[in-house]
Amino acid sequence: ELCPTIKNILLLDSEGKRIAVKYYSDDWPTNAAKEAFEKAVFTKTQKTNARTEAEITMFDNYIVVYKFVQDLHFFVTGGENENEIILATVLQGFFDAVGLLLRGTEDKKEALENLDLILLCLDEIVDGGIILETDANVIAGKVDSHSMDAGAPLSEQVSLLLFHSSDYPLAKSIATILTYLGLQQTITQALATAREHLTRSLLK
Amino acid sequence: ADYSPFLGIEKGAVLQEARVFNDPQLDPRRCSQVITKLLYLLNQGETFTKVEATEVFFAVTKLFQSKDIGLRRMVYVMIKELSPSADEVIIVTSSLMKDMTSKTDMYRANAIRVLCRITDGTLLTQIERYLKQAIVDKNPVVASAALVSGIHLLQTNPEIVKRWSNEVQEAVQSRAALVQFHALALLHQIRQNDRLAVNKLVSSLTKGSVRSPLAQCLLIRYTSQVIRESANNNQAGDRPFYDFLEGCLRHKAEMVIFEAARAITELNGVTSRELTPAITVLQLFLSSSKPVLRFAAVRTLNKVAMTHPMAVTNCNIDMESLISDQNRSIATLAITTLLKTGNESSVDRLMKQITNFMSDIADEFKIVVVDAIRSLCLKFPLKHRSLMNFLSNILREEGGFEYKKAIVDSIVILIRDIPEAKESGLLHLCEFIEDCEFTYLSTQILHFLGIEGPKTSDPSKYIRYIYNRVHLENATVRAGAVSTLAKFGAMVDTLKPRVFVLLRRCLFDNDDEVRDRATLYLNTLGGDGAVVETGEDVKEFLFGSLYIPLVNLENSLKNYEPSDDAFDINSVPKEVKTQPLAEKKAPGKKPTGLGAPPAGPPSTVDAYEKLLSSIPEFANFGKLFKFSAPVELTEAETEYAVNVVKHIFDGHVVFQYNCTNTIPEQLLENVTVIVDASEAEEFAEVASKPLRSLPYDSPGQIFVAFEKPEGVPAVGKFSNMLRFIVKEVDPSTGEAEDDGVEDEYQLEELEVVAADYMLKVGVSNFRNAWETMDADYERVDEYGLGPRESLAEAVNAVINLLGMQPCEGTEVVPNNSRSHTCLLSGVYIGNVKVLVRLQFGLDGPKDVAMKLAVRSEDEAVSDAIHEIVASG
Repeated sequence: ELCPTIKNILLLDSEGKRIAVKYYSDDWPTNAAKEAFEKAVFTKTQKTNARTEAEITMFDNYIVVYKFVQDLHFFVTGGENENEIILATVLQGFFDAVGLLLRGTEDKKEALENLDLILLCLDEIVDGGIILETDANVIAGKVDSHSMDAGAPLSEQVSLLLFHSSDYPLAKSIATILTYLGLQQTITQALATAREHLTRSLLK
Repeated sequence: ADYSPFLGIEKGAVLQEARVFNDPQLDPRRCSQVITKLLYLLNQGETFTKVEATEVFFAVTKLFQSKDIGLRRMVYVMIKELSPSADEVIIVTSSLMKDMTSKTDMYRANAIRVLCRITDGTLLTQIERYLKQAIVDKNPVVASAALVSGIHLLQTNPEIVKRWSNEVQEAVQSRAALVQFHALALLHQIRQNDRLAVNKLVSSLTKGSVRSPLAQCLLIRYTSQVIRESANNNQAGDRPFYDFLEGCLRHKAEMVIFEAARAITELNGVTSRELTPAITVLQLFLSSSKPVLRFAAVRTLNKVAMTHPMAVTNCNIDMESLISDQNRSIATLAITTLLKTGNESSVDRLMKQITNFMSDIADEFKIVVVDAIRSLCLKFPLKHRSLMNFLSNILREEGGFEYKKAIVDSIVILIRDIPEAKESGLLHLCEFIEDCEFTYLSTQILHFLGIEGPKTSDPSKYIRYIYNRVHLENATVRAGAVSTLAKFGAMVDTLKPRVFVLLRRCLFDNDDEVRDRATLYLNTLGGDGAVVETGEDVKEFLFGSLYIPLVNLENSLKNYEPSDDAFDINSVPKEVKTQPLAEKKAPGKKPTGLGAPPAGPPSTVDAYEKLLSSIPEFANFGKLFKFSAPVELTEAETEYAVNVVKHIFDGHVVFQYNCTNTIPEQLLENVTVIVDASEAEEFAEVASKPLRSLPYDSPGQIFVAFEKPEGVPAVGKFSNMLRFIVKEVDPSTGEAEDDGVEDEYQLEELEVVAADYMLKVGVSNFRNAWETMDADYERVDEYGLGPRESLAEAVNAVINLLGMQPCEGTEVVPNNSRSHTCLLSGVYIGNVKVLVRLQFGLDGPKDVAMKLAVRSEDEAVSDAIHEIVASG
């Protein structure tokens, strides 16, 4: 099998407990096997500082890349021959998409309160082990697109955007709508840059 | 403090809540919340019973009435998680097909993914038209959904997916990066068995521009494959596609650069000119701020260092700075790479750096380092002093059992392989047991001292260390020390008086075993005062190898009941018990019918011998040499289950067919096995014992005996046919009809192989056994095993071919090893002891070379073993 394959994606808390996990491989056939793997991963990585850059380790013939923020621990596992950088790209996509979806409040409480978004997020990143999407903006956009009604005309969506801007950061909503509208990828990409500028100016 | 919205969540209550899905006026928000709770439960490992899952599934299908997009998304995820059964799928099919043709892209994409996940082949033909359209849909999410689903479906319905290749080919040209990636993956999988088509695909794409980095990585992998497969017929000139790989080293995406660099390092027979640009980019990665890049680079360079150490030396400075990397995986890989690439002059400097490093890494990493140092020492024997010192220093520091064992093992290997290192190594071990908390290691070292110590220039200096154990340790170690002392006494006559004095003191030990050993040694070695040379037979009796598996001896002793007959060591079975093959071959094979599982066949030599000798036809075959594990001759879950046990005698082979009839409505009579031995020329059928009747679920045995040349390990293939008269049975009364029909049932082939003439008999100390075996009967030769899946696979294949018992755990090949030594022991037909030393090495990335050294009690047998390997 030559296609890059993801074995699992894990989101654990600061005690190693599950927040949301998704396994794409039969390597862990039972829940007990999964829990044992999670425990091993957590123990091995717990003491490392994976907060600025993604970290990496290898054990039991798996490559695990991981990144932490607050009490959230993100992991992506691949086979021992997998390209480490591809795994890291998936991890970064997941990590950043969750960041966008939790609107900057990245902790366990917020994650659990928005568990639906996180589960949808996992669903949009990998399908049966095959990477679906790695761009965090696109992932978050797809997950969050349901905050608008698909059938509504453009003008309505813009007014919806204004409505949303009162409880979402403005840039976020613009990004969301644009991503949604711009499922014609070219627009998305052109505006992704714009969004970055906008975010920066708004957060100052 | 630890607030969670799921605090106190309970499955029963959530299932109750799921009733809101049935409300006439759906509340999308509420429904979404309930689905989230259900998904949370599943995610935490909770399971639903069949009934619960069905109920939830039906309730969820009601939610398709809602137009709420958010809810619909959750419904899709929920359906995938529930993985409904075929008859349930029908319920949602129409809803999903409607979504699949919806104007809303998100609906289309997700409905495709869900439908393809849960569908079976029949439904697939109905939706095929939509899927083909979706592949070329202008919305990339829809196209990707269809393509990825295609990749999954190719496993189960290849013939259907292969019909989409025009659309997939079009999608490869998509401007959307991920569509291109998914399309390329699917296209390659569709064509993977057509080498020419793959070649064409690679040639055309490597010229054009693939936009997606992921697709580019795929293309690199496909290109490497093409290079690998064309390597044989393209010896001269430049390697095809190398320029493409090299060009990828300048790609802007790191994942592509790395993929290309790795691909180049893994090329078959890569030259240093080809390697250079790849090593250069990997070297840049070594100083990256991202741990993932550093790790990827150092791991790849570590592998390169095994085959091309010189190519990696340019990176040594960068590697050295990685020794202090925060990420200890990276640091360990850097150290072991340096140990491989380092030259003799850099060893001392390196050792100094490693000493500091060792104190702050975990035991598992330390073990890797110890292994690397051992190889380094074998490579530079002149450096044994500093390396041995290093090992003895770390032996004194804190550490767990596995780590200490790795160090001790390394010292022992160095002592064996580097004569100059012997004396200092033994003293290091002596010092270690002065303060060793692991009984196992203490006894192993004492045993080793007993073998090596007497052969040194001054054996007397070890006596003090050994005797100290006798009064400072637990009983196990004390007993070990007593045996070691006795060995010194037996081997070195000048030490006898001193040893006897010490042994006599042990007669007052408070442990039975210690006293018993001391008594035995004093009496056999002549502790009554006369100092005489100890005879060879006494040495063999006391210290020789026991050609009996200890487990078997233990069992026999447990079963022995005190009586007038003394325990007879010859009654202990020599065969090592292995897992019956049949159990592994047919996993999950349930006992058929209502009755108890079929009575297992007997499984010891005794039981088989009794069974066979009770059959008059076989009574004169002599002693049973070996019986095989049962080999299945039928697939699991077939009408008749048959497996066969091969019984090997000196001049005969008996096949015992264990048959089970699994059809309640049938009774079989006059059951025989018709064996065709035309592919087993040296065998002639001499007797057959059919089965009069084989009722449902009550196993029976059929025997067929063959004559073969006496003592010759004849091999051959036998095809088997079950022939019988079948009578119908009324299941309610259990009565069979009077008239039957003759019928036949084809069984699988059966082989008698060389391994059938080999008994798995282990030895407790291989080296000892090897050295006591006559070196004149040693036969050594080298073999190329060609490309193998892995070193471990090659080792396993040879072990299975020879059918011998692996010794000292050498059947286990550590990960990433480039070489491995495996020790085997067995008894060949004619009761000839055989020892085999196998040395494997990787020659290029996949090719395995093997050196086979055989010692046996009969040179013809040593030759025969080579014969087996050469023809296997």
